[in-house]
Amino acid sequence: MTIIQQNPATRSSIREAWVPICAYTDLLPERGAAALVAGHQVAVFRTFDGRLFAVGNRDPFSGAYVISRGIVGTRGEEPVVAAPMHKQPFSLVTGVCLDDPATAIPTYPIRVVNGTVEVSAA
Amino acid sequence: MRIVVVGYGPTAHRLVETLTDRRFTGTITVIGEEPRPAYDRVALTSYLTDASLSDLTYPAPEGLTAVRLADRVDSIDRDRRVVTTASGHEEPYDVLVLATGSAPFVPPVPGAGRAFVYRTIDDLDAIRAASAGAASGVVVGGGLLGLEAADALRGLGLSTHVVEMGGRLMPRQVDEGGGSVLRGHIERLGLAVHTGTGLNRIEEDRVVLADGTEIDAGVVVFSAGIRPRDELARQAGLPVGERGGVVVDQGMRTADPAIYAVGECALVGGMVYGLVAPCFTMAEVAADRILGGSAEFTGGDLSAKLKLLGVDVASFGQLSGALDVTYMDPVGGVYKKLFISDDARTLLGGICVGDAAPYSLLRPLVGRELTAQPSDLLFAGSGAGLSEADFPDDAQVCSCNNVTKGEISTAITGLGLTDVAGVKKCTRAGTSCGSCVPALASILASEGVVLSKALCEHFDHSRPELFDIVRVRGITTFSQLIAEHGKGRGCDICKPAVASILASLNGGHVLEGEQAALQDTNDHFLANIQKNGTYSVVPRIPGGEITPEKLIVIGEVARDFGLYTKITGGQRIDLFGARVEELPKIWKRLVDAGFESGHAYGKALRTVKSCVGSTWCRYGVQDAVGMAIALELRYRGLRSPHKIKAAVSGCARECAEARGKDFGVIATENGWNLYVGGNGGFKPRHADLLASDLTDEELVRTIDRFLMFYIRTADRLQRTAAWVQGVGLDYLRAVIMNDSLGICADLDAGMERHVAGYFDEWAATVEDPDKLRRFVSFVNAPDTPDPSIVFEAERDQIKPVLVEVTRA
Ligand code: SRM
Ligand SMILES: Cc1cc2nc3c(=O)[nH]c(=O)nc-3n(C[C@H](O)[C@H](O)[C@H](O)COP(=O)(O)OP(=O)(O)OC[C@H]3O[C@@H](n4cnc5c(N)ncnc54)[C@H](O)[C@@H]3O)c2cc1C
Ligand code: SF4
Ligand code: FES
Repeated sequence: MTIIQQNPATRSSIREAWVPICAYTDLLPERGAAALVAGHQVAVFRTFDGRLFAVGNRDPFSGAYVISRGIVGTRGEEPVVAAPMHKQPFSLVTGVCLDDPATAIPTYPIRVVNGTVEVSAA
Repeated sequence: MRIVVVGYGPTAHRLVETLTDRRFTGTITVIGEEPRPAYDRVALTSYLTDASLSDLTYPAPEGLTAVRLADRVDSIDRDRRVVTTASGHEEPYDVLVLATGSAPFVPPVPGAGRAFVYRTIDDLDAIRAASAGAASGVVVGGGLLGLEAADALRGLGLSTHVVEMGGRLMPRQVDEGGGSVLRGHIERLGLAVHTGTGLNRIEEDRVVLADGTEIDAGVVVFSAGIRPRDELARQAGLPVGERGGVVVDQGMRTADPAIYAVGECALVGGMVYGLVAPCFTMAEVAADRILGGSAEFTGGDLSAKLKLLGVDVASFGQLSGALDVTYMDPVGGVYKKLFISDDARTLLGGICVGDAAPYSLLRPLVGRELTAQPSDLLFAGSGAGLSEADFPDDAQVCSCNNVTKGEISTAITGLGLTDVAGVKKCTRAGTSCGSCVPALASILASEGVVLSKALCEHFDHSRPELFDIVRVRGITTFSQLIAEHGKGRGCDICKPAVASILASLNGGHVLEGEQAALQDTNDHFLANIQKNGTYSVVPRIPGGEITPEKLIVIGEVARDFGLYTKITGGQRIDLFGARVEELPKIWKRLVDAGFESGHAYGKALRTVKSCVGSTWCRYGVQDAVGMAIALELRYRGLRSPHKIKAAVSGCARECAEARGKDFGVIATENGWNLYVGGNGGFKPRHADLLASDLTDEELVRTIDRFLMFYIRTADRLQRTAAWVQGVGLDYLRAVIMNDSLGICADLDAGMERHVAGYFDEWAATVEDPDKLRRFVSFVNAPDTPDPSIVFEAERDQIKPVLVEVTRA
């Protein structure tokens, strides 16, 4: 097994239940895709440098499940996705909205195993 | 105290405004001969192009007690202190101010009665009316105003000649060398120049010059100097100058202590001033005196800048001196000369032709010790060190309104101003001739205010700059552009903007390769996102014309997929409520029935609306539907800085609302009138007439160039309305109709490439498994619809069930 990337914060978690999502190559660089993981809608992103991120797909501002369709980029050093409805930027690392830190979307552990992207949303 | 002001021009307005600002408590009555309140005469020419009368009219000062318009004061009874008007009205005064301005000089040549002058709104209306039926025009006088008038005639579509008695154009402002460079510029604008010869006579439809030359002339305009209107003073027995002008002292008072004279009618210190800045100063001096002050008029700045689009000519300060430095580049059309005191330490004045950048920088330094090598000063403004930031605080930056560098800096820091508009509002600098506006911007910058043209944090460039970078360097990917010209990895602002630039320049499918990642959500799914995450589908219905068969297909598709249908404001049909995975299936059916993408999702051509036109309508004079369809098919798929809408009306009744569009076409008996720069939306604006009576081919060619020029030079998300206002209608005409920049062939080629390269995005997508992969609700469950999307029924159709919004 080769682990290309695993979020350090989650490495020691014992409640991880990894669900395979798709092939790593199915994800377009700098674009997202939505996945159903244990009843949760998760937005999965592959950034330009090959890193992966998983956050909640629900846009807390509009209530629609559309975060995976947002434009991916950076704000300063922070990788972000802009909500497609009204463009609020969310950190892909922490899920916090950079223009309104009281609002955040959940983040999920994500990794690649033998070319397959896996998300844990237990 | 009762103040009566005779004449309601800019000077009178400034006088009343100053009195009001200084809380004058008596009554002020203004009597003006023109049928309208004071307007900005300096900007008069813009009335022929893009300004309306209301744009030019000054706001009415609050302290004004009464205004009599369209009435002329004919006599002053100094004993009774009463003026009498042409209509017989009598107005008593305690203080009388003459602000009667000047009148254009009309030389006594045979036929002069046929000629026009260029001074008032009424004059311009008359010139415009006469130009409608004329092919050519002659302006007599090659000075500042004459050239402005000549350019205006050219803008009205006349082939125009300028006749100047002196040996060169603008003889009062520029010297021999400057004159020859200037002449080149003027001739390149398309004006014919005749110098060193006067006018012999004016005949029915031509003029004959002193040297025998005959010129066809439907319209003749005199701009051969002005004469102060001092007739009232003469009638009242007040002293006037030998060559005219009401004699006043330095407090602007005439020989009668109850009567002042200000502005262009006044002779002060032996001079009559024909520029607005000294006139304003006179008004302020007189107001101060009336209020008991002791202000004095000590002379005025005679700097002048030519307001001709595309030609920079300026002179300032004294136009002679012991020493001068000259720079001349006949090929580039640049001539610059500075006059310096004999100890080579003080700047006295200068002349610039072809590059007026030094003008606003150096004018405030006149009379001061030089801070740099004279030769460096020649290139001031071109990045060579010197900037307004280096000015001493008491240097005058805005000469029209007498505002110093110090006053501007104080306003910026004290009031926390952040843009040029704020500085104009608070200091009045920049509100008259506008030539000091660049200086205001650099003073703002020197005070630490960043006037950014940067698109976003990732690019320091504006959209037009990025467009040129991409075009000139042949860049084809965002990655290359941001690596070489930006920083970071982009965002929702720069990525779609660059996507649009790449699409405009390189064509191809917007979902191809790396480009796909740049697209906004709508473009990414080739559909418009709705509030519940579903999408709408808008097939193109060119010109709004549709067959019953196609209507039935739309009905069937909507029924089979359970979509909400609505007729849009753009003469087509919108189908709402499609989930992402349904979009390809819906479009497969539409494409098979002959529909194509309507680009409702793109910053691109939307619709070309039509009215029924001559085919059915009893008033129609041209085939509006046919033309609308042809235009919509020609420009479909054209990506642009913002959306583009158009319409074609079959006659002047304008049922297609063409003047509310980015480009609007209205049929005439002889062809088509083309209007540009309209829009509805947040700030509605009617489109302006760009050209009249075009043939089909001329119409298409002009629109081609208009659109390509817009695409290349507009800012991100700038509709044509704002863009046209920014570049100016005259300039636009010069570039796309007279090819003044020599880029028309390039613009034409760009549009040909677009037309030849067009393909239907949706047809290409439904055939391409790779592009279809993205149209799933979930990558790991392609057949599961998004469970969050729920509808309820309303008036027999679906509507989204409102999702509850709760935030973390
Ligand atoms: C569907 C329609 C309303 C309708 O039911 O009639 C509509 C719907 C939308 N309009 Fe519009 N506009 C529609 C005609 C208009 C018109 C009238 C017209 O085109 O004749 C106007 C005023 C004319 C104009 O544009 O100058 C109009 C001015 C706007 C504006 C303001 C633009 C501006 O410059 O101020 C926006 C906002 C924007 O584009 O940034 C806008 C934006 C929108 C968006 C795209 C908002 C959005 O981002 O979700 C709406 C989504 C459409 C969709 O999902 O399909 N819509 N919109 C009309 C579609 C016309 C079409 O067939 O393509
Ligand atoms: C096309 C054009 C472009 C110009 N460009 C520039 C420029 O770029 N820079 C610059 O500094 N200057 C420019 N000028 C000059 C500037 O407009 C004048 O200096 C300014 O208008 C003078 O103002 P005024 O109020 O003294 O006179 P005016 O503007 O002439 O106003 C006098 C008013 O008094 C009225 N009047 C006269 N006699 C009577 C009477 N007996 N009873 C009642 N009413 C009377 C007249 O009808 C007129 O409305 C330009 C002028 C023109 C025409
Ligand atoms: S007017 Fe506003 S709500 Fe109505 S369609 Fe246009 S953008 Fe949407
Ligand atoms: S110098 Fe004319 S507006 Fe400032």
